[in-house]
Amino acid sequence: MVAPVRKGEQAVTVVRRLAWELWLPALLIALWAIFSATSTDPYFPPLSEILDKFADVWFFEGIRTEIWPSLQRLFVGFALACVAGVGLGLALGVMTRVDNAVRPIVEFLRATPGVAILPVMILLLGLGDSMKVAIIALVATWPILLNTIDGVRSVEPVLHQVTASYRITLADRIRFVILPAASPQIFAGARTALAISIVAMVVAEMVGTPGGIGYYILDAQRGFKITSMWAGIIALGILGYLLNKLFALVERRVLAWHAGMTAHNRGGK
Amino acid sequence: MTTTEATKPDTRTGTVLEVRGLGHSYGGPQIFEGLDFTVGKGEFVCIVGPSGVGKSTLLQCLTGLIRPSEGDILFEGKRVTEPPEGLAIVFQDYSRSLMPWLSVIDNVALPLRSAGVKKAERLAQARQALVEVGLSDVAQAYPWQLSGGMQQRVAIARALASNPRAIIMDEPFASVDAQTRADLEDLVLRVRDHLGLTVMLVTHDIDEAVYLADTVLALSGRPARVTAMLPIDLPKPRDQLSTKALPEFADLRAEVYTLIRNPATA
Repeated sequence: MVAPVRKGEQAVTVVRRLAWELWLPALLIALWAIFSATSTDPYFPPLSEILDKFADVWFFEGIRTEIWPSLQRLFVGFALACVAGVGLGLALGVMTRVDNAVRPIVEFLRATPGVAILPVMILLLGLGDSMKVAIIALVATWPILLNTIDGVRSVEPVLHQVTASYRITLADRIRFVILPAASPQIFAGARTALAISIVAMVVAEMVGTPGGIGYYILDAQRGFKITSMWAGIIALGILGYLLNKLFALVERRVLAWHAGMTAHNRGGK
Repeated sequence: MTTTEATKPDTRTGTVLEVRGLGHSYGGPQIFEGLDFTVGKGEFVCIVGPSGVGKSTLLQCLTGLIRPSEGDILFEGKRVTEPPEGLAIVFQDYSRSLMPWLSVIDNVALPLRSAGVKKAERLAQARQALVEVGLSDVAQAYPWQLSGGMQQRVAIARALASNPRAIIMDEPFASVDAQTRADLEDLVLRVRDHLGLTVMLVTHDIDEAVYLADTVLALSGRPARVTAMLPIDLPKPRDQLSTKALPEFADLRAEVYTLIRNPATA
């Protein structure tokens, strides 16, 4: 059980933790700002110029024209990957023999770098949004799929006896037993999938039709708009960071029981 | 070996479970063979035997979780080929048999959901079962937030929620401390009386078997056989102090001990 903490103490802890998390990034940014301040190298302009450009480009026109379309592709692709990965993973995890049969193929496809299939996708789907979404979905599916299979297969054997003896229907078994039991592993897979789907998004945008943040960065570099290029890269970094935070937020909500149980068991020993 | 007429308790008004010529092996040597016994309605049967004698395998056969290699099991006259309706199980390890992602009440109500009971109705039934085991105040907690004894009471409530006619318990109190164990034993006796259940309980603890049972079924040997169906005619209601202080209690305990250790000389 958690001891009651007074509000003041809690606030102090939060501030202390934030300070501990932020001092190094702050220091690095400060060093970058100081050492680049007098830079005349066209490839590494002063940070202040990059930040001016950053504010200029992204607030708020750029968010609407570049970032929002990128995010839409990312979300559609990632959502497709989640549905396909969890759905297929569930089926293969339950049907052990089918899983054993297709496992080598799955491993091979996963080991093939997703972006290597980009030319094929371009041939089949062209340079537009469907190609971009498809490549994101494709690369993001594998980690979710494999983790779902493992999660489903490692359901506590006693629970299988419980569901059999209590005559739990297949639908209820999937929804209330197998999926929740596998959810910590599914989330671990989805976290990896999110990271690589951002990579896939950038690459797909760089080779595809104009639009999106990936295209913006490449286009800036080609046009020798170096500060714009850096502003794009920084925006991408921040975007990835925020998406991860958002993911962690969702995970904490869905897996609250798991975090609670883990903390409880650790404390109890 | 079959039960003789004299061993049948007075409460008996029919046979709930009938086992005929039961034997099982997992492909290797026979674990048990030639088991014949019947369990009457409202009877409390404790199955005792040394570790490794195949008690858990026997329970899995009785509950329809595994198909025995020989013989027949009839539950209420019907052959058991899959887990039958009206028979509920309490597993040994509560920390693994309860679902940590479901609250206590949702754990208890899940089998009812699968049985097609409407939401309001199944929550009411689950709440009633929690009252029966004295846990109505922790319905919204997660199982892992409770003590071991309370978790096993949740598992018992889950078994009771669907109004079974018989429950089977596999060493249900093996992993709780002595005081909790005594409390749980009395809880099971009380619930059995209140609901008129037939109970089969596996244990390796002879004291527990004698204290709880109307009939002790002793298993022994390799492959295991029924070495005795011993009627326990201790007065009811049983009481942890006075029942265990009776000279008859000590006698029965010694008898069961002998039956298990040296079946040949018994």
